[in-house]
Amino acid sequence: MNPFSSETRLRDMIRAIRACKTAAEERAVVRKECASIRAAVSDNDNDYRHRNLAKLMFIHMLGYPTHFGQMECLKLIAAPGFPEKRIGYLGLMLLLDERQEVLMLVTNSLKQDLNHTNQYIVGLALCALGNISSAEMARDLAPEVERLLQFRDPNVRKKAALCSIRIIKKVPDLAENFVNPVASLLKEKHHGVLLTAIQLCADLCTVSEEALEYFRKKCTEGLVKVLKDAVNSPYAPEYDISGIADPFLQIKLLRILRILGHGDADASDLMNDVLAQVATKTESNKNAGNAILYECVETIMSIEDSGGLRVLAINILGRFLSNRDNNIRYVALNMLMRAISVDGQAVQRHRATIVECVKDSDASIRKRALELVYLLVNETNVKPLTKELIDYLEVSDQDFKGDLTAKICSIVEKLSPEKIWYIDRMLKVLCEAGNYVKDEVWHGLIVVITNATNLHGYTVRSLYRAIQTSGDQEAVVRVAVWCIGEYGDLLVNNTGMLDLEEPITVTENDAVDVIEAAIKRHTSDLSTRAMCLIALLKLSSRFPSCSQRIKDIVNQSKGSLLLELQQRSIEFDSIIEKHQNLRSALVERMPVLDEATYSGRRAGSLPAVDSTSQGNPLQMPNGIPKTAAAPLLDLLDLSADEPAPQSSSGPNFLQDLLGGDILSTASQSGTTHPQKSGTDVLLDLLSTGSPPAQNGSSTADILSISQDNNKTSVSALNSLSSPMVTSTQNSSASAIMDLLDGFGPSPAVPKDNGPAYPSLVAFESNSLSLVFNFSKQPGSPQITEIEATFTNKSSDNYKDFIFQAAVPKFLQLHLEPASGNTLPASGNGSITQKLRVTNNQHGKKSIIMRIRISYKSNNKDMLEEGQISNIPRDL
Amino acid sequence: MIRAVIVINDQGKPRLVKFYDYQPVEKQQEIIRNVYGVLCSRAENVSNFVQDSTFGPDTRLVYKTFATLYFIVIFDDSENELAILDLMQVFVETLDKCFSNVCELDIVFNFNKVHTILDEIILGGQVVEMSSSEVVKALDEISWLEKNPNSNVRVPKSISGWQGR
Repeated sequence: MNPFSSETRLRDMIRAIRACKTAAEERAVVRKECASIRAAVSDNDNDYRHRNLAKLMFIHMLGYPTHFGQMECLKLIAAPGFPEKRIGYLGLMLLLDERQEVLMLVTNSLKQDLNHTNQYIVGLALCALGNISSAEMARDLAPEVERLLQFRDPNVRKKAALCSIRIIKKVPDLAENFVNPVASLLKEKHHGVLLTAIQLCADLCTVSEEALEYFRKKCTEGLVKVLKDAVNSPYAPEYDISGIADPFLQIKLLRILRILGHGDADASDLMNDVLAQVATKTESNKNAGNAILYECVETIMSIEDSGGLRVLAINILGRFLSNRDNNIRYVALNMLMRAISVDGQAVQRHRATIVECVKDSDASIRKRALELVYLLVNETNVKPLTKELIDYLEVSDQDFKGDLTAKICSIVEKLSPEKIWYIDRMLKVLCEAGNYVKDEVWHGLIVVITNATNLHGYTVRSLYRAIQTSGDQEAVVRVAVWCIGEYGDLLVNNTGMLDLEEPITVTENDAVDVIEAAIKRHTSDLSTRAMCLIALLKLSSRFPSCSQRIKDIVNQSKGSLLLELQQRSIEFDSIIEKHQNLRSALVERMPVLDEATYSGRRAGSLPAVDSTSQGNPLQMPNGIPKTAAAPLLDLLDLSADEPAPQSSSGPNFLQDLLGGDILSTASQSGTTHPQKSGTDVLLDLLSTGSPPAQNGSSTADILSISQDNNKTSVSALNSLSSPMVTSTQNSSASAIMDLLDGFGPSPAVPKDNGPAYPSLVAFESNSLSLVFNFSKQPGSPQITEIEATFTNKSSDNYKDFIFQAAVPKFLQLHLEPASGNTLPASGNGSITQKLRVTNNQHGKKSIIMRIRISYKSNNKDMLEEGQISNIPRDL
Repeated sequence: MIRAVIVINDQGKPRLVKFYDYQPVEKQQEIIRNVYGVLCSRAENVSNFVQDSTFGPDTRLVYKTFATLYFIVIFDDSENELAILDLMQVFVETLDKCFSNVCELDIVFNFNKVHTILDEIILGGQVVEMSSSEVVKALDEISWLEKNPNSNVRVPKSISGWQGR
């Protein structure tokens, strides 16, 4: 016999473990104990087996492996004495897994013990079976358990009832065997038995539809009577918990009534009275009473009921909300959340109390109350509720502000009755908690502001005030900077004053001061500073008197370590310096942003755009072009020789896009736009303007392609654009290539291996003619190679010559770079450009295309457009 | 259904661990650590309920502090949170009656007796008995049997009737 094992008693081992100062010491003690227990196990030591198992249970609780003791449990259970069996069963429940095969070995011992003459041993066996029974054991032992439901001793009956729950959960087929015994148990007078029988009944009802029907018919009335007796019973000390007679039994009764009454009007009818009694008679000054009321409310909410009881129930919850006990308030809010779908009106009546709970000192109650308020808000109460919440925002805990602002913003966005209210509330939120506001919230605000044309002046003045008081809130600064950039003139002139406004005097210098402060603020991040730069550029045109000052501020960023800022400031500086004539058109006010597109984008396509914004941190994921993209976008509008697009639908943006590249060609000698920004514009425009449906992966694809290789992007872009658009991105793409890579146009190599086709005058005007020469590859009739030759008929040289073409969907167009961009006068030379057209409906439809040709003649921008539809069908 | 009853002290040491769904030891320890992490960072004067996803989306956790011990019950949505608080009260009252002024050390050194007490209150995740005097009576019988293992039942059990009539 192992001396160590016999010497240390359980107490001593626990003492030794408790005396350990470090985890390592504890491990050493446990290791020693485990070694000696293992030794005892292999010695088959009988005398100390149950002590060793007790030790193992303690060791197990501390988290050490104890699998080697599993067989010991079985041996102890098989022993005749009560103490051994007790420890054996405890060990069985704690150390064994129902999935282990060892468990099969215990079935026989269990069967014997379930038939034991000592009722306490029967109790032990029932307890173990109820805790760990596997499906096989359940099948084998169900008859014994069923028999024990009628055992003379109530303690055994109640354990057998709970054990049956485990059995029917493991093997639902066995449910029908238990229906009749349970029906008779439900007539018991013994509290414990009744309690367990009700629980078994509830589980039978959930596993078997027939059982539910049976109990509904046969037992509803009886259970109602039991509950009635319990409610009206006088003081019963034995089951009393803080003055309430057996609350747990009442709760279980209410629960079974809920199951029986749910979806059945007759059964619900039977219980109406007693529920009303419980709801009115139960004292609510103790936890136990409230537990009953709480359960009662849940039952009333679930059964088929006339409105009367529901109002009673919701009023109980309303009372709960002003209870001092946090737990009661907590469960009341939980329940109201569920009740709102049943009877929203009744819940609305307690709105004021619920709003008070948003200010609770307990964070989990606040959170729940806020969610509930969020559910309660509708068009009629949005104004007072929002005011209440925003007022609370001022004094709320720091950790709660994030949740609170998110919910307020969501409410305001969802339910705002008018734009001015939206803008006012949002400004208030931004001022209070601008640092907690998510980016899409203030992006959304800007979209709304641009749409509220008559409120521009009011908004910019409000923001000017706001930034004076809340300049530490990043979101306020950004929105203010953006608006001052856009609407700075309205700020200074006090244009569009509303009646409710107090007039303020702001000079041009004051407005610039604000931006300067924002760009110099050390907490401003890259986006804010970039936005400031753009605002400054815009102000330099709006406030000519401050132009020099603005230039100085912009110049300060020239040395910025952030590439984006440095680049922008250099670009903007040169715009201010050298391009006075361009500037005013360049920085025109942003077109109205389309709300529907914006919200659609927010819902659907954020991920795709996100992936593109990695390359350039300045791109806003929501596509509001207010940063680097913004001036470029404006530039595009300008040089595209077209009015600014009034809505940001796809086609317009594609046109802008074209314009953008025209510009880059134009600026070949002037400001240099590196390839990256050009490409980014493409991305921006596409992601901003195209409707959400097109905005999925295809956008991403295009982006990745176009960054790699401008040429291949052409076909992708074509497939994206609709046929009626003058989509000539292809030429734009090549323009970029020319510009950036210094990539000379490859000389056109005519291929004569296909059949010859007559050449065709595709387009002719007073100043210009365009001739197409066709060729085809022998094996692929769908593909037509076109060589376009442009001739100048006027007496002036054309500069910055660009040809653009668009085709319907059934065609795919690929444009090679042009041979040059200058077209000498009077036909003294020509430009050639190769096109490759793939006709998917070759033979059925002929090739058609729309063209647009732009150039500079005598420094005047010229634009010619036309349609080519005279191409023979066999091409 | 009740999923687990756990007693830990304010140092995070487990004092009683009972899972009604089998959990491997490592998982048990992880749960205990997580629960302790949540509880010791909880402010005073807040509710006793913690939203808990250890056993799935609908499980909740109720805790109550008694002297140096946290009593924790994890359960699903078929139980009434407020009633579970009462259940814990019954459990602690029963411990108090069995050990006369129970303290942490009683539970440490008599953990298997505590298990037996718990088994008389909760079986297979369901409540067996809410009357602490009934539980104490049953425990008296069990202790007597422990000491006199070879005799049969000491006294004929009186069938206690429905008190409330």
